[in-house]
Amino acid sequence: MKIVKIIAIILLVALVGIQFIPTTRNQSDSVPSTDFMLINNVPENIKKKLQVSCYDCHSYNTQYPWYNKVQPIAWFMEDHIKKGKKELNFSEWADYSNRRKKSKLKSIISQIEDGKMPIASYTLIHGDARLSESDKELIMDWFLKLKDSL
Amino acid sequence: MKQSKLTLGIVAIAFITLTTVSCKDSKTENTTHSEMSADDDNSKMNHDGEDMEMAMSGNGSSQTVLNDYFSLKDALVADDNAKAKGLGATLATTLGKLDISKYTDTQKADLKDIIEDAVEHAEHISESDIAHQREHFKVLSKDITDMVAITGTENTLYQQFCPMYDSGSSWLSMSEDIKNPYYGSKMLTCGKVQKEIN
Repeated sequence: MKIVKIIAIILLVALVGIQFIPTTRNQSDSVPSTDFMLINNVPENIKKKLQVSCYDCHSYNTQYPWYNKVQPIAWFMEDHIKKGKKELNFSEWADYSNRRKKSKLKSIISQIEDGKMPIASYTLIHGDARLSESDKELIMDWFLKLKDSL
Repeated sequence: MKQSKLTLGIVAIAFITLTTVSCKDSKTENTTHSEMSADDDNSKMNHDGEDMEMAMSGNGSSQTVLNDYFSLKDALVADDNAKAKGLGATLATTLGKLDISKYTDTQKADLKDIIEDAVEHAEHISESDIAHQREHFKVLSKDITDMVAITGTENTLYQQFCPMYDSGSSWLSMSEDIKNPYYGSKMLTCGKVQKEIN
């Protein structure tokens, strides 16, 4: 019984302890001039969808939820955002070559089509980021047009 | 008294936790550093042998890239997901080493774009299931074809085309015979020669 108590205390202390470890925050005050929305003429409804469903992990600006400062959730999110930006960063869109833009657009369409993105661990909490079938079609259609125009 | 002991204990444990965690952090940093210097050593070693190998179309030549691309293609033809993963990683490395110094500025710029894109696809192939590998192989094949248009090739290559996969997809082969990397055993001979590249 005593041992359980000690373990519980240690765990609790560790949990408190890790709260002091800082994480890098993915936020910026201004939208870079290379941003996808500034480069392309994005219709308002699609703009909103992308911002809610994609931009948290695929741009320099995350709309953090209230629990973002609680460890170990913050680490988990930091890791996801880092990986997400490496794959695709809408904030750096203009810096991609045309070839890469096309590649990215192809992957975006295929990921949305297969339902792999937005990722399940994200939509689990962010219900508003989920894409309905009609949303998917609308977005894929528009991306396809953009890809063909390049 | 007991209470203060307990508080002291908690503070001590918190301190230890913090120190351990920060120690761990600096340790990981150290390992990455030593790994990085190991990589440096490797690349230095490769450079030493480069002049010799270059003469035999070795490291840094477009022929090496092509050879690795063909190995990858063969793995996809054989439906071998694990092998394709390994070969994707190899190709990503060879692509990164491609020596573009002898080309004109426009060619250099084009090759840089091609390599950047191709490396990303090769990396994805190294960590995906076979369906996903084939999706990336399609774009990778376009990149490699564009690369050959600039670098040329020692051997005759055949650009082959399967009208069924993803509304029409092509790939390169050293042999005229059709062996379809997009379908493998499912539809091995689907396709036709589209173009001969010399």
